[in-house]
Amino acid sequence: MSSDNISSQLETAKNPEDMERIVINPLTRVEGHGKVTLLQDENLNIKQARLHISEFRGFEKFIQGRPYWELPVLVQRLCGICPVSHHLAAAKATDMIVGAAELTPTAEKIRRLMHFGQTLQSHALHFFHLCSPDLLFGFDDDVRHRNIIGVIEDSPEIAKQGVLLRKYGQEVIRVTSGKRIHGTGAIPGGVNKTLSKKEIDYLKADIDQIISWSQDAVVLIKRIFFEHYDYHMSFGTIDSNMLSLTGNDGAFDIYHGGLRARDEKGKIIFDHVDYTNYGDYIKEGVKNWSYMKFPFITSIGQDDGWYRVGPLARVNNCDFFTTPMAEKERQEFIATGNGLPVQSTLAFHWARLIEVLHCAEAIKELLNDSDISGTELLNRGELQSTGIGVIEAPRGTLFHHYEINDDGIVEKANLIVSTTNNNQAMNESIRKVASQYLDGNKLTEPLLNQIEVAVRAYDPCLSCATHAMGKMPLQINLVNANDELIDRLEKRVTGEIDRTV
Amino acid sequence: MKSTEPFNDIAPTLIFTYGNPSRGDDGLGPAMFELLENSKQTSHDLDKVDLLTDYQLQIEHSVDLEHRECVLFIDASVSAEAPYEFHQLQPERDNSYTTHAMSPVSVLDVYQQINQCKPPPSYMLTIRGYEFGLGQALTEQAELNLQQGYDFIKQLLATDFEQWPKIRARDDKENK
Repeated sequence: MSSDNISSQLETAKNPEDMERIVINPLTRVEGHGKVTLLQDENLNIKQARLHISEFRGFEKFIQGRPYWELPVLVQRLCGICPVSHHLAAAKATDMIVGAAELTPTAEKIRRLMHFGQTLQSHALHFFHLCSPDLLFGFDDDVRHRNIIGVIEDSPEIAKQGVLLRKYGQEVIRVTSGKRIHGTGAIPGGVNKTLSKKEIDYLKADIDQIISWSQDAVVLIKRIFFEHYDYHMSFGTIDSNMLSLTGNDGAFDIYHGGLRARDEKGKIIFDHVDYTNYGDYIKEGVKNWSYMKFPFITSIGQDDGWYRVGPLARVNNCDFFTTPMAEKERQEFIATGNGLPVQSTLAFHWARLIEVLHCAEAIKELLNDSDISGTELLNRGELQSTGIGVIEAPRGTLFHHYEINDDGIVEKANLIVSTTNNNQAMNESIRKVASQYLDGNKLTEPLLNQIEVAVRAYDPCLSCATHAMGKMPLQINLVNANDELIDRLEKRVTGEIDRTV
Repeated sequence: MKSTEPFNDIAPTLIFTYGNPSRGDDGLGPAMFELLENSKQTSHDLDKVDLLTDYQLQIEHSVDLEHRECVLFIDASVSAEAPYEFHQLQPERDNSYTTHAMSPVSVLDVYQQINQCKPPPSYMLTIRGYEFGLGQALTEQAELNLQQGYDFIKQLLATDFEQWPKIRARDDKENK
């Protein structure tokens, strides 16, 4: 993880003016838009690799001037991919604002159910839709086949399970939040609806099937992982710190807990940190070549204090899962690290599917818990001027921080989203892949896909919830030091690649 | 799996609007959803219609098409001819499956692949939008297009499904 690593040396080339510049823009099968630029010298050696994410932080400005009670609904418009994450993080922040130190059991459990539903559906989409084509067919498969349609053609049952797992997660969200989108389920201090017997029975009807499919998905990813074990353990692998929430007892917990960070050897850096003090432990660094910030652990510093969040960090960080099948899988996962954290970038997929299994098991537990049909939905206390809510979104730790005035109007907002937390780590991974597979080679689409595979493992959400896709097919520009375009590869809507210069 | 069946009876017609209401005219789809939902409270011409809305289309929406006789997707577009365009859709593999949001034709294709049968007859109403900035309201012109689109849907719903392709032809002629 040291800044002396080869990957870190590729952040800035010594003589960039002498290099050819290759741009992968936009990245495909990630949520939103990003691009990768590579600088290659005359000997085809990669000298610089950077991931650029066109982060748009206008939403924090957009929130200012709005009443705090609107936040849980308003922030869902941040993202069409994980609106529930923002809904719940904002709800937790507003719990603090209204002085609700604790929620009623009914409110907390319904929120947890909603969160398990969204994590299940988000992970299902990522694995079955966005990543399984790479994993099932190989990274150098024909680009026309390496997509979800190829999965459907070759493995219709797997594809259908992916669709229905996602659908089930969406139904859990709909039932718990009251609506399919713009749900109002979580409100400051609790929730605004309980679950009826009819709703619970509806979700119960399929949960055993969902657990079974989730188990199958874990078996599938393990088969894929172990078939090419050395490759999966080394591809884009970087040694990093890991950050996540864990429960007070060290249990895996994606809804609430304290912040825990481990170093690359697994040693605890800090633990059980009250997340409302996150500013004492985490800072956001800047780099002159990126608009996106680079968070780091303050006590270590920006060079070496960057960390990973998300499934890989969570499964490595926790001491145990509370559900039996996921715990069994966690133990097998951890064993591959031989006493050290599992640092394989592609192990994100494995960890993600263990989380899917846990979500399915946890949903079943909650559906059998009478508290979810309770009637005590709200707690309130004395109004506070600061609200901070942190949850483990599907892609990693998500921070919402608001300051309000005496009229309850938001004056300041700071959001650190999961993908920002993984910013440096994603850059490190693409540099590792560039040095492993691209160095010294002429660039081809399968080789460039390796870069995208590394980024996709993190499941970055760059989404702005517009639907401009289809207008931006994959384009790779080769530019010389004078910014003159000397070559261009374009992926057409048919999946064919043309050289257009 | 039984959870594909909603609580209530499935209506023969599905109107599926999509877009982000926080991004100016991208909210035309959700705005149409609201108009239609309000209309449902006061008149009976939407009794046999289910209304759904979302930010964007994804693979699971193929499940919403099951057991339908007719589907109408509604979206905003900067390139559509004002006030709206209307046409029938066929399943197609475009490049939208590589992204986080899919096109209607791609959703139809997923339906066809996983169900091994043709999707229900599906149509697209694309309403012309102009500005898609974060935090913006609908533009004045988009509001006018929305109202005309709404009137068109009312007319559409009063027509037998078999006649819908002809409506498209008539509409195209009028536009020219």
